[in-house]
Amino acid sequence: MQNALEIAGLRKVYKGGFEALKGIDLTVKQGDFFALLGPNGAGKSTTIGIITSLVNKTGGKVSVFGYDIDEKLEIAKSFIGLVPQEFNFNQFESLITILVNQAGYYGVERKLAHQRAEKYLKQLDLWDKRDNSARMLSGGMKRRLMIARALMHEPKVLILDEPTAGVDIELRRSMWEFLRKLNEQGITIILTTHYLEEAEMLCRNIAIIDNGIIVKNTDMKSLLATLDVETFILDLALGGPKASLSGFCTRQIDDHTLEVDVKKLQSINEVFTQLTEQGVSVQSMRNKSNRLEELFVHLTGGNASGSSVSDSKTSSSAQGGN
Amino acid sequence: MSASVNRIALKSILYKEVHRFMRIWVQTLVPPAITISLYFVIFGELIGARIGQMGGFDYMSFIVPGLIMMSVITNSYSNVASSFFSAKWQRNVEEMLVAPVPNWVIVAGYVGGGMTRGILVGLIVTLISLLFVDIQIHNIWVIIATVCLTSAVFALGGLINAIFAGSFDDISIIPTFVLTPLTYLGGVFYSISLLPEFWQGVSQLNPIVYMINAFRYGFLGISDVSLTVAFGVIGIFIVSLFTIAMTLITKGIGLRT
Repeated sequence: MQNALEIAGLRKVYKGGFEALKGIDLTVKQGDFFALLGPNGAGKSTTIGIITSLVNKTGGKVSVFGYDIDEKLEIAKSFIGLVPQEFNFNQFESLITILVNQAGYYGVERKLAHQRAEKYLKQLDLWDKRDNSARMLSGGMKRRLMIARALMHEPKVLILDEPTAGVDIELRRSMWEFLRKLNEQGITIILTTHYLEEAEMLCRNIAIIDNGIIVKNTDMKSLLATLDVETFILDLALGGPKASLSGFCTRQIDDHTLEVDVKKLQSINEVFTQLTEQGVSVQSMRNKSNRLEELFVHLTGGNASGSSVSDSKTSSSAQGGN
Repeated sequence: MSASVNRIALKSILYKEVHRFMRIWVQTLVPPAITISLYFVIFGELIGARIGQMGGFDYMSFIVPGLIMMSVITNSYSNVASSFFSAKWQRNVEEMLVAPVPNWVIVAGYVGGGMTRGILVGLIVTLISLLFVDIQIHNIWVIIATVCLTSAVFALGGLINAIFAGSFDDISIIPTFVLTPLTYLGGVFYSISLLPEFWQGVSQLNPIVYMINAFRYGFLGISDVSLTVAFGVIGIFIVSLFTIAMTLITKGIGLRT
Protein backbone atom coordinates (compact mmCIF):
# COMPACT_ATOMS: atom_id res chain seq x y z
CA MET A 1 0.00 0.00 0.00
CA GLN A 2 1.21 3.52 -0.81
CA ASN A 3 2.55 5.67 1.99
CA ALA A 4 0.50 8.74 2.76
CA LEU A 5 3.49 10.50 4.28
CA GLU A 6 7.21 9.90 4.14
CA ILE A 7 9.64 12.03 6.09
CA ALA A 8 13.39 11.49 5.87
CA GLY A 9 16.09 13.34 7.81
CA LEU A 10 13.82 16.31 8.51
CA ARG A 11 15.61 19.17 10.24
CA LYS A 12 14.49 22.59 11.40
CA VAL A 13 16.72 25.20 12.97
CA TYR A 14 14.89 28.40 13.89
CA LYS A 15 16.47 31.84 13.81
CA GLY A 16 18.49 32.14 16.96
CA GLY A 17 19.82 28.62 16.59
CA PHE A 18 17.12 26.55 18.30
CA GLU A 19 17.09 23.13 16.65
CA ALA A 20 13.45 22.01 16.77
CA LEU A 21 13.90 18.90 14.61
CA LYS A 22 17.14 16.93 14.54
CA GLY A 23 16.70 14.78 11.46
CA ILE A 24 13.51 12.81 12.00
CA ASP A 25 12.32 9.90 9.86
CA LEU A 26 8.66 8.98 9.78
CA THR A 27 6.34 6.97 7.56
CA VAL A 28 2.56 6.96 7.70
CA LYS A 29 0.73 4.37 5.63
CA GLN A 30 -2.34 5.20 3.56
CA GLY A 31 -5.50 4.64 5.61
CA ASP A 32 -3.68 4.74 8.92
CA PHE A 33 -4.87 6.47 12.08
CA PHE A 34 -1.56 7.76 13.33
CA ALA A 35 -0.66 9.52 16.57
CA LEU A 36 2.26 11.91 16.85
CA LEU A 37 2.87 12.49 20.53
CA GLY A 38 5.39 14.46 22.46
CA PRO A 39 5.75 16.95 25.28
CA ASN A 40 5.33 20.67 24.69
CA GLY A 41 8.10 21.99 22.44
CA ALA A 42 9.09 18.50 21.25
CA GLY A 43 8.67 19.38 17.56
CA LYS A 44 5.15 18.13 16.74
CA SER A 45 3.75 21.41 15.44
CA THR A 46 6.99 22.19 13.61
CA THR A 47 6.71 18.85 11.82
CA ILE A 48 3.10 19.55 10.86
CA GLY A 49 4.03 23.08 9.84
CA ILE A 50 6.68 21.79 7.45
CA ILE A 51 4.37 19.15 5.94
CA THR A 52 1.75 21.84 5.29
CA SER A 53 4.30 24.43 4.11
CA LEU A 54 3.66 26.88 6.94
CA VAL A 55 7.21 26.37 8.22
CA ASN A 56 10.32 26.37 6.03
CA LYS A 57 12.47 23.31 6.64
CA THR A 58 16.22 23.46 7.12
CA GLY A 59 16.91 20.05 5.61
CA GLY A 60 15.46 16.64 4.77
CA LYS A 61 12.69 15.35 2.55
CA VAL A 62 8.91 15.25 2.88
CA SER A 63 6.63 13.43 0.44
CA VAL A 64 2.85 13.26 0.49
CA PHE A 65 1.47 10.30 -1.46
CA GLY A 66 4.78 10.15 -3.29
CA TYR A 67 4.92 13.86 -4.17
CA ASP A 68 7.99 15.64 -2.83
CA ILE A 69 7.08 19.02 -1.34
CA ASP A 70 10.26 20.51 -2.84
CA GLU A 71 9.28 19.53 -6.38
CA LYS A 72 5.49 19.10 -6.44
CA LEU A 73 4.36 21.26 -3.53
CA GLU A 74 0.97 22.19 -4.95
CA ILE A 75 0.01 18.58 -5.74
CA ALA A 76 1.22 17.48 -2.29
CA LYS A 77 -0.83 20.25 -0.65
CA SER A 78 -3.97 19.22 -2.53
CA PHE A 79 -3.97 15.87 -0.65
CA ILE A 80 -3.79 17.44 2.81
CA GLY A 81 -6.50 18.82 5.06
CA LEU A 82 -5.18 20.68 8.09
CA VAL A 83 -6.89 21.34 11.40
CA PRO A 84 -4.42 23.62 13.18
CA GLN A 85 -4.02 24.02 16.89
CA GLU A 86 -5.10 27.66 16.97
CA PHE A 87 -8.21 29.20 15.46
CA ASN A 88 -7.09 30.72 12.16
CA PHE A 89 -10.25 31.65 10.29
CA ASN A 90 -11.62 35.12 9.67
CA GLN A 91 -13.64 35.75 12.82
CA PHE A 92 -15.88 38.23 11.01
CA GLU A 93 -16.99 35.95 8.18
CA SER A 94 -19.98 33.61 8.31
CA LEU A 95 -19.36 29.87 8.56
CA ILE A 96 -20.69 29.20 5.08
CA THR A 97 -18.46 31.90 3.57
CA ILE A 98 -15.37 30.53 5.31
CA LEU A 99 -16.05 27.02 4.03
CA VAL A 100 -16.98 27.97 0.46
CA ASN A 101 -13.95 30.26 0.09
CA GLN A 102 -11.65 27.57 1.46
CA ALA A 103 -12.99 25.06 -1.06
CA GLY A 104 -12.37 27.62 -3.79
CA TYR A 105 -8.66 27.76 -2.92
CA TYR A 106 -8.54 24.07 -3.85
CA GLY A 107 -10.39 24.61 -7.12
CA VAL A 108 -13.84 23.45 -5.95
CA GLU A 109 -16.62 25.28 -7.83
CA ARG A 110 -18.94 27.38 -5.64
CA LYS A 111 -22.04 25.26 -6.32
CA LEU A 112 -20.30 22.06 -5.25
CA ALA A 113 -18.66 23.90 -2.35
CA HIS A 114 -22.10 24.96 -1.05
CA GLN A 115 -23.27 21.33 -1.20
CA ARG A 116 -20.21 20.13 0.70
CA ALA A 117 -20.49 22.94 3.24
CA GLU A 118 -24.07 21.87 3.95
CA LYS A 119 -23.01 18.23 4.30
CA TYR A 120 -20.17 18.87 6.75
CA LEU A 121 -21.94 21.58 8.74
CA LYS A 122 -24.85 19.18 9.25
CA GLN A 123 -22.56 16.30 10.19
CA LEU A 124 -20.79 18.51 12.72
CA ASP A 125 -23.98 20.05 14.13
CA LEU A 126 -23.19 23.55 12.88
CA TRP A 127 -25.81 23.93 10.15
CA ASP A 128 -28.04 26.16 12.29
CA LYS A 129 -25.10 28.54 12.72
CA ARG A 130 -24.16 28.69 9.04
CA ASP A 131 -24.93 32.38 8.62
CA ASN A 132 -23.50 33.41 11.99
CA SER A 133 -20.24 35.25 12.26
CA ALA A 134 -17.51 32.80 13.31
CA ARG A 135 -16.60 34.89 16.35
CA MET A 136 -20.02 34.13 17.84
CA LEU A 137 -19.24 30.41 18.11
CA SER A 138 -18.19 28.61 21.27
CA GLY A 139 -14.71 27.07 21.48
CA GLY A 140 -16.01 23.59 20.65
CA MET A 141 -17.95 24.89 17.66
CA LYS A 142 -14.87 26.69 16.37
CA ARG A 143 -12.90 23.43 16.54
CA ARG A 144 -15.64 21.67 14.56
CA LEU A 145 -15.69 24.50 12.05
CA MET A 146 -11.97 23.96 11.45
CA ILE A 147 -12.58 20.24 10.89
CA ALA A 148 -15.34 21.05 8.38
CA ARG A 149 -13.05 23.54 6.65
CA ALA A 150 -10.26 20.97 6.36
CA LEU A 151 -12.64 18.51 4.70
CA MET A 152 -14.04 20.86 2.06
CA HIS A 153 -11.69 19.65 -0.68
CA GLU A 154 -12.06 16.01 0.43
CA PRO A 155 -8.42 15.44 1.34
CA LYS A 156 -6.75 12.02 1.36
CA VAL A 157 -4.91 12.79 4.57
CA LEU A 158 -6.27 14.81 7.47
CA ILE A 159 -3.77 16.30 9.91
CA LEU A 160 -5.18 17.39 13.26
CA ASP A 161 -3.03 19.34 15.70
CA GLU A 162 -4.64 19.05 19.14
CA PRO A 163 -8.19 18.93 17.73
CA THR A 164 -9.95 18.33 21.04
CA ALA A 165 -8.05 20.83 23.19
CA GLY A 166 -10.50 22.66 25.42
CA VAL A 167 -13.45 20.59 24.23
CA ASP A 168 -15.82 19.06 26.80
CA ILE A 169 -15.96 15.29 27.24
CA GLU A 170 -19.26 14.71 25.46
CA LEU A 171 -18.21 16.72 22.44
CA ARG A 172 -14.78 15.12 22.42
CA ARG A 173 -16.37 11.70 22.20
CA SER A 174 -18.60 12.77 19.31
CA MET A 175 -15.53 14.15 17.53
CA TRP A 176 -13.71 10.84 18.07
CA GLU A 177 -16.65 9.04 16.50
CA PHE A 178 -16.64 11.46 13.56
CA LEU A 179 -12.90 10.95 13.02
CA ARG A 180 -13.28 7.16 13.23
CA LYS A 181 -15.91 7.29 10.49
CA LEU A 182 -13.68 9.42 8.30
CA ASN A 183 -10.86 6.92 8.78
CA GLU A 184 -13.20 4.04 7.90
CA GLN A 185 -13.98 5.88 4.66
CA GLY A 186 -10.29 5.65 3.80
CA ILE A 187 -8.97 9.03 4.93
CA THR A 188 -5.55 8.78 6.53
CA ILE A 189 -5.55 10.61 9.84
CA ILE A 190 -2.52 12.02 11.63
CA LEU A 191 -3.26 13.29 15.10
CA THR A 192 -1.29 15.14 17.71
CA THR A 193 -2.97 15.31 21.06
CA HIS A 194 -2.35 16.02 24.71
CA TYR A 195 -5.03 13.51 25.66
CA LEU A 196 -3.08 10.28 25.64
CA GLU A 197 -6.27 8.31 26.16
CA GLU A 198 -7.46 9.79 22.87
CA ALA A 199 -4.40 8.46 21.04
CA GLU A 200 -4.74 5.05 22.67
CA MET A 201 -8.41 4.78 21.75
CA LEU A 202 -8.18 6.04 18.18
CA CYS A 203 -4.76 5.37 16.72
CA ARG A 204 -3.27 2.21 15.29
CA ASN A 205 0.27 3.51 14.96
CA ILE A 206 2.22 5.97 17.00
CA ALA A 207 5.40 8.00 17.00
CA ILE A 208 6.68 9.70 20.11
CA ILE A 209 8.88 12.72 19.54
CA ASP A 210 11.04 14.32 22.19
CA ASN A 211 13.56 17.13 21.81
CA GLY A 212 13.32 16.94 18.03
CA ILE A 213 14.02 13.21 17.85
CA ILE A 214 11.62 10.31 17.26
CA VAL A 215 12.13 8.16 20.35
CA LYS A 216 9.54 5.52 19.43
CA ASN A 217 7.74 4.66 16.21
CA THR A 218 5.63 1.53 16.30
CA ASP A 219 2.10 0.20 16.33
CA MET A 220 -0.03 0.93 19.37
CA LYS A 221 -0.52 -2.72 20.39
CA SER A 222 3.20 -3.46 20.36
CA LEU A 223 3.91 -0.33 22.32
CA LEU A 224 1.33 -1.07 24.99
CA ALA A 225 2.56 -4.68 25.15
CA THR A 226 5.93 -3.41 26.35
CA LEU A 227 4.28 -2.09 29.48
CA ASP A 228 5.50 -4.40 32.29
CA VAL A 229 3.24 -3.28 35.11
CA GLU A 230 -0.19 -1.71 35.30
CA THR A 231 -1.44 -0.16 38.50
CA PHE A 232 -5.11 -0.48 39.44
CA ILE A 233 -6.98 1.38 42.15
CA LEU A 234 -9.65 -0.66 43.91
CA ASP A 235 -12.43 1.04 45.86
CA LEU A 236 -13.35 -1.42 48.65
CA ALA A 237 -16.62 -1.61 50.58
CA LEU A 238 -16.52 0.26 53.87
CA GLY A 239 -16.36 -1.80 57.07
CA GLY A 240 -15.09 -4.92 55.33
CA PRO A 241 -12.08 -7.04 56.36
CA LYS A 242 -8.57 -5.83 55.61
CA ALA A 243 -7.33 -7.01 52.20
CA SER A 244 -4.07 -8.87 51.76
CA LEU A 245 -2.85 -10.06 48.37
CA SER A 246 -0.03 -12.56 48.07
CA GLY A 247 2.14 -12.31 44.95
CA PHE A 248 1.11 -8.73 44.24
CA CYS A 249 2.68 -5.47 45.28
CA THR A 250 -0.04 -3.47 47.04
CA ARG A 251 -0.38 -0.12 48.82
CA GLN A 252 -3.21 0.64 51.22
CA ILE A 253 -4.08 4.28 50.48
CA ASP A 254 -6.82 4.54 53.12
CA ASP A 255 -9.42 2.27 54.77
CA HIS A 256 -11.25 1.61 51.54
CA THR A 257 -8.72 2.28 48.77
CA LEU A 258 -6.12 -0.23 47.63
CA GLU A 259 -3.52 0.16 44.90
CA VAL A 260 -2.40 -3.05 43.21
CA ASP A 261 0.47 -3.48 40.73
CA VAL A 262 -0.34 -6.23 38.22
CA LYS A 263 2.63 -7.50 36.21
CA LYS A 264 2.36 -8.45 32.56
CA LEU A 265 2.24 -12.22 33.27
CA GLN A 266 -0.16 -11.93 36.19
CA SER A 267 -3.95 -12.09 35.91
CA ILE A 268 -6.32 -9.55 37.33
CA ASN A 269 -8.66 -12.48 38.02
CA GLU A 270 -6.21 -13.67 40.67
CA VAL A 271 -6.68 -10.40 42.53
CA PHE A 272 -10.45 -10.85 42.62
CA THR A 273 -10.16 -14.53 43.55
CA GLN A 274 -8.03 -13.68 46.58
CA LEU A 275 -10.22 -10.77 47.63
CA THR A 276 -13.39 -12.87 47.29
CA GLU A 277 -11.85 -15.59 49.46
CA GLN A 278 -11.10 -12.95 52.12
CA GLY A 279 -14.65 -11.60 51.97
CA VAL A 280 -13.51 -8.25 50.62
CA SER A 281 -16.05 -6.58 48.36
CA VAL A 282 -14.75 -4.39 45.49
CA GLN A 283 -17.14 -1.57 44.61
CA SER A 284 -15.22 -0.19 41.65
CA MET A 285 -11.85 -0.33 39.92
CA ARG A 286 -9.88 2.00 37.66
CA ASN A 287 -6.43 2.43 36.17
CA LYS A 288 -4.16 4.62 38.25
CA SER A 289 -3.11 6.28 35.01
CA ASN A 290 -3.61 5.79 31.31
CA ARG A 291 -1.39 2.95 30.06
CA LEU A 292 0.01 5.01 27.23
CA GLU A 293 0.75 7.79 29.65
CA GLU A 294 3.03 5.52 31.69
CA LEU A 295 4.98 4.60 28.55
CA PHE A 296 5.02 8.20 27.38
CA VAL A 297 6.53 9.43 30.62
CA HIS A 298 9.08 6.61 30.48
CA LEU A 299 10.06 7.24 26.84
CA THR A 300 10.33 11.00 27.16
CA GLY A 301 12.46 10.70 30.27
CA GLY A 302 9.90 12.50 32.44
CA ASN A 303 9.72 15.51 30.14
CA ALA A 304 6.01 14.97 29.73
CA SER A 305 5.23 16.99 32.77
CA GLY A 306 2.64 19.71 32.85
CA SER A 307 -0.43 19.74 30.77
CA SER A 308 -0.02 16.54 28.81
CA VAL A 309 0.09 14.26 31.80
CA SER A 310 -2.24 16.17 34.04
CA ASP A 311 -4.73 16.59 31.21
CA SER A 312 -4.72 12.89 30.62
CA LYS A 313 -5.26 12.15 34.28
CA THR A 314 -8.13 14.57 34.43
CA SER A 315 -9.62 13.05 31.35
CA SER A 316 -9.16 9.52 32.55
CA SER A 317 -10.58 10.03 36.01
CA ALA A 318 -13.40 12.24 34.82
CA GLN A 319 -14.58 9.45 32.59
CA GLY A 320 -14.28 6.86 35.33
CA GLY A 321 -11.16 5.29 33.85
CA ASN A 322 -10.93 2.97 30.91
CA MET B 1 -2.19 22.69 -10.78
CA SER B 2 -4.53 23.04 -13.71
CA ALA B 3 -5.60 26.38 -15.11
CA SER B 4 -9.20 25.80 -13.98
CA VAL B 5 -8.10 25.20 -10.38
CA ASN B 6 -6.08 28.42 -10.45
CA ARG B 7 -9.00 30.30 -12.02
CA ILE B 8 -11.39 29.14 -9.28
CA ALA B 9 -8.82 29.97 -6.58
CA LEU B 10 -8.34 33.45 -8.06
CA LYS B 11 -12.10 34.00 -8.20
CA SER B 12 -12.40 32.89 -4.58
CA ILE B 13 -9.76 35.35 -3.36
CA LEU B 14 -11.32 38.12 -5.44
CA TYR B 15 -14.79 37.28 -4.13
CA LYS B 16 -13.49 37.27 -0.57
CA GLU B 17 -11.79 40.63 -1.04
CA VAL B 18 -14.76 42.34 -2.70
CA HIS B 19 -17.16 40.80 -0.17
CA ARG B 20 -14.97 42.16 2.65
CA PHE B 21 -15.01 45.80 1.58
CA MET B 22 -18.66 45.68 0.50
CA ARG B 23 -19.65 44.24 3.89
CA ILE B 24 -18.09 47.25 5.62
CA TRP B 25 -19.09 49.79 2.95
CA VAL B 26 -19.70 52.48 5.55
CA GLN B 27 -15.98 52.33 6.40
CA THR B 28 -14.68 51.74 2.88
CA LEU B 29 -16.91 53.53 0.34
CA VAL B 30 -18.62 56.36 2.18
CA PRO B 31 -15.61 58.21 3.72
CA PRO B 32 -13.82 58.85 0.38
CA ALA B 33 -17.10 60.12 -1.07
CA ILE B 34 -17.50 62.60 1.80
CA THR B 35 -13.85 63.68 1.72
CA ILE B 36 -13.88 64.30 -2.01
CA SER B 37 -17.19 66.16 -1.81
CA LEU B 38 -15.53 68.51 0.68
CA TYR B 39 -12.59 69.01 -1.68
CA PHE B 40 -15.01 69.88 -4.47
CA VAL B 41 -16.90 72.35 -2.30
CA ILE B 42 -13.85 74.02 -0.72
CA PHE B 43 -11.18 73.90 -3.42
CA GLY B 44 -13.48 73.84 -6.40
CA GLU B 45 -16.44 76.05 -5.56
CA LEU B 46 -15.16 78.41 -2.86
CA ILE B 47 -11.42 78.87 -3.44
CA GLY B 48 -11.34 77.63 -7.05
CA ALA B 49 -13.75 80.32 -8.19
CA ARG B 50 -11.15 82.93 -7.15
CA ILE B 51 -8.21 81.13 -8.78
CA GLY B 52 -9.42 81.40 -12.34
CA GLN B 53 -8.01 79.15 -15.04
CA MET B 54 -5.34 76.46 -14.78
CA GLY B 55 -3.86 74.90 -17.93
CA GLY B 56 -6.52 76.56 -20.00
CA PHE B 57 -9.44 75.13 -18.02
CA ASP B 58 -11.46 76.45 -15.10
CA TYR B 59 -9.93 75.30 -11.81
CA MET B 60 -12.74 72.89 -10.94
CA SER B 61 -12.39 71.02 -14.24
CA PHE B 62 -8.60 70.95 -13.75
CA ILE B 63 -8.63 69.36 -10.30
CA VAL B 64 -11.40 66.76 -10.90
CA PRO B 65 -9.12 64.16 -12.57
CA GLY B 66 -6.52 64.61 -9.82
CA LEU B 67 -9.09 64.21 -7.07
CA ILE B 68 -10.51 61.08 -8.68
CA MET B 69 -7.01 59.64 -9.02
CA MET B 70 -6.17 60.59 -5.42
CA SER B 71 -9.10 58.52 -4.15
CA VAL B 72 -8.19 55.62 -6.44
CA ILE B 73 -4.60 55.62 -5.13
CA THR B 74 -5.57 55.86 -1.46
CA ASN B 75 -8.28 53.20 -1.61
CA SER B 76 -6.47 50.62 -3.71
CA TYR B 77 -3.49 50.90 -1.36
CA SER B 78 -5.33 50.85 1.94
CA ASN B 79 -7.65 48.02 0.88
CA VAL B 80 -4.85 45.55 0.30
CA ALA B 81 -2.72 46.82 3.18
CA SER B 82 -5.48 46.40 5.75
CA SER B 83 -7.01 43.23 4.30
CA PHE B 84 -3.74 41.32 3.93
CA PHE B 85 -2.43 42.48 7.28
CA SER B 86 -5.72 41.44 8.96
CA ALA B 87 -5.37 38.03 7.30
CA LYS B 88 -1.83 37.79 8.70
CA TRP B 89 -2.90 39.01 12.13
CA GLN B 90 -5.87 36.61 12.39
CA ARG B 91 -3.71 33.96 10.71
CA ASN B 92 -6.39 33.21 8.14
CA VAL B 93 -3.77 33.87 5.47
CA GLU B 94 -2.78 30.28 6.35
CA GLU B 95 -5.98 29.13 4.64
CA MET B 96 -4.35 30.13 1.36
CA LEU B 97 -0.81 29.12 2.27
CA VAL B 98 -1.77 25.50 3.00
CA ALA B 99 -3.86 25.27 -0.18
CA PRO B 100 -2.39 24.57 -3.63
CA VAL B 101 -2.71 28.22 -4.59
CA PRO B 102 0.30 29.48 -6.58
CA ASN B 103 1.85 32.63 -5.14
CA TRP B 104 1.00 34.64 -8.26
CA VAL B 105 -2.68 33.82 -7.71
CA ILE B 106 -2.50 35.13 -4.13
CA VAL B 107 -0.85 38.34 -5.37
CA ALA B 108 -3.30 38.69 -8.27
CA GLY B 109 -6.30 38.05 -6.02
CA TYR B 110 -5.38 40.67 -3.44
CA VAL B 111 -4.28 43.18 -6.07
CA GLY B 112 -7.52 42.56 -7.97
CA GLY B 113 -9.48 43.25 -4.80
CA GLY B 114 -7.59 46.49 -4.21
CA MET B 115 -8.07 47.55 -7.82
CA THR B 116 -11.79 46.84 -7.61
CA ARG B 117 -12.19 49.02 -4.55
CA GLY B 118 -10.00 51.78 -6.00
CA ILE B 119 -11.93 51.83 -9.28
CA LEU B 120 -15.31 51.62 -7.54
CA VAL B 121 -14.43 54.56 -5.29
CA GLY B 122 -13.15 56.38 -8.40
CA LEU B 123 -16.54 55.85 -10.04
CA ILE B 124 -18.37 57.12 -6.95
CA VAL B 125 -16.16 60.21 -6.85
CA THR B 126 -16.71 60.76 -10.59
CA LEU B 127 -20.48 60.64 -10.08
CA ILE B 128 -20.22 63.14 -7.22
CA SER B 129 -18.08 65.43 -9.35
CA LEU B 130 -20.92 65.58 -11.90
CA LEU B 131 -22.85 67.57 -9.30
CA PHE B 132 -20.20 70.30 -9.50
CA VAL B 133 -18.83 70.28 -13.04
CA ASP B 134 -19.55 68.99 -16.52
CA ILE B 135 -16.89 66.38 -17.13
CA GLN B 136 -15.44 66.23 -20.61
CA ILE B 137 -13.69 63.14 -21.93
CA HIS B 138 -10.78 63.51 -24.34
CA ASN B 139 -9.73 59.84 -24.58
CA ILE B 140 -11.66 57.18 -22.65
CA TRP B 141 -9.00 54.49 -23.28
CA VAL B 142 -6.30 56.58 -21.65
CA ILE B 143 -8.61 57.11 -18.68
CA ILE B 144 -9.36 53.38 -18.35
CA ALA B 145 -5.73 52.31 -18.84
CA THR B 146 -4.41 54.88 -16.36
CA VAL B 147 -6.91 54.11 -13.62
CA CYS B 148 -6.43 50.34 -13.95
CA LEU B 149 -2.64 50.48 -14.02
CA THR B 150 -2.37 53.05 -11.25
CA SER B 151 -4.68 51.11 -8.96
CA ALA B 152 -2.56 48.01 -9.66
CA VAL B 153 0.63 49.88 -8.68
CA PHE B 154 -0.80 51.01 -5.35
CA ALA B 155 -2.53 47.72 -4.60
CA LEU B 156 0.89 46.06 -5.02
CA GLY B 157 2.40 48.71 -2.77
CA GLY B 158 -0.26 48.02 -0.12
CA LEU B 159 0.46 44.30 -0.33
CA ILE B 160 4.20 44.79 0.20
CA ASN B 161 3.47 47.13 3.11
CA ALA B 162 1.21 44.48 4.71
CA ILE B 163 3.79 41.72 4.22
CA PHE B 164 6.37 43.71 6.18
CA ALA B 165 3.94 45.16 8.75
CA GLY B 166 4.16 43.83 12.27
CA SER B 167 1.34 45.88 13.74
CA PHE B 168 -1.66 47.92 12.60
CA ASP B 169 0.44 51.07 13.11
CA ASP B 170 2.84 49.85 10.42
CA ILE B 171 0.15 49.93 7.75
CA SER B 172 -0.65 53.59 8.39
CA ILE B 173 2.97 54.85 8.31
CA ILE B 174 3.45 54.69 4.52
CA PRO B 175 0.07 56.29 3.66
CA THR B 176 0.66 59.09 6.16
CA PHE B 177 4.31 59.86 5.58
CA VAL B 178 4.81 58.85 1.95
CA LEU B 179 1.58 58.53 -0.04
CA THR B 180 -0.21 61.66 1.15
CA PRO B 181 2.74 64.04 0.57
CA LEU B 182 3.50 62.49 -2.82
CA THR B 183 -0.15 62.77 -3.85
CA TYR B 184 -0.51 66.40 -2.74
CA LEU B 185 2.77 67.24 -4.47
CA GLY B 186 1.84 65.16 -7.52
CA GLY B 187 -0.06 67.87 -9.34
CA VAL B 188 -3.58 67.21 -8.09
CA PHE B 189 -4.21 70.90 -7.34
CA TYR B 190 -1.74 72.58 -9.69
CA SER B 191 0.15 72.21 -12.93
CA ILE B 192 3.83 71.49 -12.24
CA SER B 193 4.66 73.95 -15.01
CA LEU B 194 3.84 76.65 -12.42
CA LEU B 195 6.75 75.53 -10.24
CA PRO B 196 10.29 76.96 -10.46
CA GLU B 197 12.50 74.93 -12.76
CA PHE B 198 14.31 73.19 -9.89
CA TRP B 199 11.06 71.99 -8.29
CA GLN B 200 9.76 70.90 -11.67
CA GLY B 201 12.78 68.59 -11.87
CA VAL B 202 12.18 67.34 -8.35
CA SER B 203 8.51 66.71 -9.19
CA GLN B 204 9.55 64.45 -12.03
CA LEU B 205 10.95 62.05 -9.43
CA ASN B 206 7.43 61.70 -8.04
CA PRO B 207 5.71 58.78 -9.81
CA ILE B 208 2.27 60.11 -8.93
CA VAL B 209 2.90 63.12 -11.19
CA TYR B 210 2.92 60.76 -14.19
CA MET B 211 -0.25 58.96 -13.12
CA ILE B 212 -2.25 62.12 -12.45
CA ASN B 213 -1.09 63.76 -15.65
CA ALA B 214 -1.87 60.74 -17.82
CA PHE B 215 -5.30 60.57 -16.20
CA ARG B 216 -5.86 64.30 -16.69
CA TYR B 217 -4.87 63.91 -20.34
CA GLY B 218 -7.68 61.37 -20.73
CA PHE B 219 -10.20 63.97 -19.55
CA LEU B 220 -8.81 67.31 -20.71
CA GLY B 221 -6.21 66.44 -23.34
CA ILE B 222 -3.46 68.30 -21.41
CA SER B 223 -0.50 66.88 -19.52
CA ASP B 224 2.71 68.19 -17.94
CA VAL B 225 4.53 65.01 -19.00
CA SER B 226 4.70 62.84 -22.10
CA LEU B 227 2.04 60.11 -22.15
CA THR B 228 4.60 57.54 -23.31
CA VAL B 229 6.90 58.36 -20.41
CA ALA B 230 3.94 58.27 -18.02
CA PHE B 231 2.88 54.76 -19.10
CA GLY B 232 6.54 53.69 -19.12
CA VAL B 233 6.95 54.81 -15.49
CA ILE B 234 3.71 53.10 -14.44
CA GLY B 235 4.78 49.90 -16.25
CA ILE B 236 8.18 49.88 -14.55
CA PHE B 237 6.51 50.29 -11.16
CA ILE B 238 4.08 47.44 -11.80
CA VAL B 239 6.80 45.03 -12.90
CA SER B 240 9.13 46.02 -10.03
CA LEU B 241 6.49 45.87 -7.30
CA PHE B 242 5.04 42.60 -8.62
CA THR B 243 8.52 41.05 -8.61
CA ILE B 244 9.15 42.26 -5.06
CA ALA B 245 5.76 40.99 -3.83
CA MET B 246 6.28 37.60 -5.46
CA THR B 247 9.78 37.26 -3.99
CA LEU B 248 8.56 38.15 -0.50
CA ILE B 249 5.65 35.71 -0.59
CA THR B 250 7.75 32.93 -2.12
CA LYS B 251 10.36 33.35 0.61
CA GLY B 252 7.56 33.52 3.16
CA ILE B 253 8.75 36.81 4.64
CA GLY B 254 6.39 37.64 7.50
CA LEU B 255 4.29 34.60 6.62
CA ARG B 256 6.33 31.49 7.29
CA THR B 257 8.78 30.77 10.11
